[in-house]
Amino acid sequence: MFKRLNLVLALLVISSLVLAACGASGPAECTDELGCVEYGPDDPIRLASALVISGPNTQLGLDSQYGVEIAMDMRGDVAGHSVELQAEDDGCNAEGGQAAGQKIVSDPSIVAVIGTSCSGAGVPMSNVISEAGYVMVSPSNTAPSLTDPNQAWNPGYLRTAHNDKVQGAAMAEFAYSELGLTTAAAIHDGDPYTEGLANAFREAYEGMGGTVVAFTAVSVGDTDMRPVLTSVAASEGGAPEFLFFPVFTAECALLAKQSDEVEGLENTVVAAADGCFSTAAAEAIGDAGEGMYFSGPDLGFAGDTYVTFKERYNSLYGSDPLSAFHAHAFDATNLIFGCIEQVGVSSDDGSLSIGRQALRDCLYATSGYQGITGSLTCDQYGDCADPKIAVNELQGGEYVPIWP
Amino acid sequence: MLNRLKNISLLDIILWFIRTSIIVIVVWGTISTLRDNPYTTRNWIDFFVLGLAQGSMYALIAIGYTLVYGVLFMINFAHGEFFMSGIMTATVFIAGPLDASGYLDKNPILSLLLILVVAMLTSVGVALLTERIAYRPLRKAPRLVPLITAIGASFFLQHTFRGLYGSEVKPFPEIDILSGKIPFLGTEILRSQMVVIIATIIMLIGLYLFIMHSKTGKAIRAVAEDKDVAALMGIDVDRTIAITFALGASMAGAAGVLYALVFRQVHFFMGFLPGLKAFTAAVLGGIGSIPGAALGGLFIGIFESVGPPLFLDGLNVPAYHQLKDVITFTLLVLVLIFRPQGILGERLGEKKA
Repeated sequence: MFKRLNLVLALLVISSLVLAACGASGPAECTDELGCVEYGPDDPIRLASALVISGPNTQLGLDSQYGVEIAMDMRGDVAGHSVELQAEDDGCNAEGGQAAGQKIVSDPSIVAVIGTSCSGAGVPMSNVISEAGYVMVSPSNTAPSLTDPNQAWNPGYLRTAHNDKVQGAAMAEFAYSELGLTTAAAIHDGDPYTEGLANAFREAYEGMGGTVVAFTAVSVGDTDMRPVLTSVAASEGGAPEFLFFPVFTAECALLAKQSDEVEGLENTVVAAADGCFSTAAAEAIGDAGEGMYFSGPDLGFAGDTYVTFKERYNSLYGSDPLSAFHAHAFDATNLIFGCIEQVGVSSDDGSLSIGRQALRDCLYATSGYQGITGSLTCDQYGDCADPKIAVNELQGGEYVPIWP
Repeated sequence: MLNRLKNISLLDIILWFIRTSIIVIVVWGTISTLRDNPYTTRNWIDFFVLGLAQGSMYALIAIGYTLVYGVLFMINFAHGEFFMSGIMTATVFIAGPLDASGYLDKNPILSLLLILVVAMLTSVGVALLTERIAYRPLRKAPRLVPLITAIGASFFLQHTFRGLYGSEVKPFPEIDILSGKIPFLGTEILRSQMVVIIATIIMLIGLYLFIMHSKTGKAIRAVAEDKDVAALMGIDVDRTIAITFALGASMAGAAGVLYALVFRQVHFFMGFLPGLKAFTAAVLGGIGSIPGAALGGLFIGIFESVGPPLFLDGLNVPAYHQLKDVITFTLLVLVLIFRPQGILGERLGEKKA
């Protein structure tokens, strides 16, 4: 009895597989070398995001995710199909990026990825996504290594965020020329973003004629930063006049609070970067951050789109933007939508076929695209941003842009 | 003589090689650091005192590990979460609102007491619930089972509190009477760190007296010695074990408050790393021994702070503070190689080991 039932079940499974295989070979023959994503007449286009939506840096990722959602909302249908977002978490670390990447590439109906938030997650994810023939556009990865072909660049990777070579140079210029400080120190936490930015700062600062007296690191999860800070204060060239720690929220808040308490650093000007730029970060730092500087993308965007965008953001999520990369996520999403419309082949019955290589080529060929963040042109390694950096000062819990 | 040489295996040689090379590196690093000493004496005292304050917190948490191990021979990996649960709750429900209303600045001592009581009670409550629900039913199970359960309980508690209070870093208000510095051992120390050191000493002495001289303490020691015989002597074993958990958790709850005073921010994941360090401290000091746990905690705190500049600066290791955990765990390995029972541990018989 059971044997017969098993046989029937097996036959059913086989026949359904055969039927499914027949169904997939639609009318339009796919000639793309990386294969095509096929959507039936009523299927939504499936987009994935891999942003940090848990842990202390949640606002960084959530802010970008809102940017993606607003872009979907304002765009409506793309190539005659509705759009569906599958939101994954990049965890802001390499393991999270790897896991989210594996999950995404196991789903053949996903056409492209917006992510990751953190460069540390971006390194493995760029690899996974590219090998599987998918494409990702990051709204907030800024580590120089990600678009350096000798380091972590992969052919399926692009970003609308600035490269930290630009941010590091801007911070160095601010410290050296604007504030007139000639000795500096930098602290990172070993993550590609923090180390890349600290390095970019050091190179630019030394290039201008400044002296970097200490260049050191803490580890993620550390709470007592005073020993590190004591070492920095006791460095050979004397205590630095300027201390830059481009780390993430938790460690950034601890460094900000404890730098005041260490002998020798009382008069040092402290600064952090966009990894510590969110309302939650400002709250975690508290009073200790009064007058502290933060570099980040210049959010003084010209144009009406940003006004509309912010109104939509406020009405949908009930707050002003939480962090700095919502507009970059908005632009990244629209770049993808534009390219889907350009390379997608619609059949008469309304089904849509998108070549993966064609989509990549189209994104890489972006030139002079007018987004909220400026005029986007992608170079051959996927740096698409129109990088404008601003320095903000924390005044009464608010980030106030003061330079340039 | 020749026979003895024959018995030395390759493994022994490798082990000896590792031991000697660790010691050579440590000695060499220390000598070269001290030769061109980049730090002033004041800096060294700073490192030491910072480590002392951090180590006091580890000591308080380590007590919980050692107490529970003493009576149940199980490593309660959820102990770091007891530490977190208390101070998270007290921050969200007491410290935050009190600060917002201005009461905290007007009446700091009373507010602090309230925060302390709420934190300790929450930690104890969570500990008792965990013991009752997750550990007691497994008392007769093989020893690996409660260990795995404890790891599960740890994750469960972390994510429960994340669900309750959110995953962002929460600021703990600065308390005016505890800000600023006071002179200590020829350097200046933050008032909050001074409070940590003094509070730890008081609590450790109190706990030691309680265990050694009260009736309940005697019961705990009897249960630790032999549960069956203790039961025959009329001791309620379940109740005594619950009290042990509560005692450990109240120490962890207090450690949580001290942590918040010094670092002024709390987070649902904050218990994990201190928990791990405190466990290391308990093993280092000799698990099961209360003075051992305290000593182990202080040792680890001080080595974390003094170790990187002392051992690694002279070796020109870049960013050596990042390697403080390496130093901590190397220290653990070294101590366990030469003294497997820990600094103050007694050699355990077959039954307890």
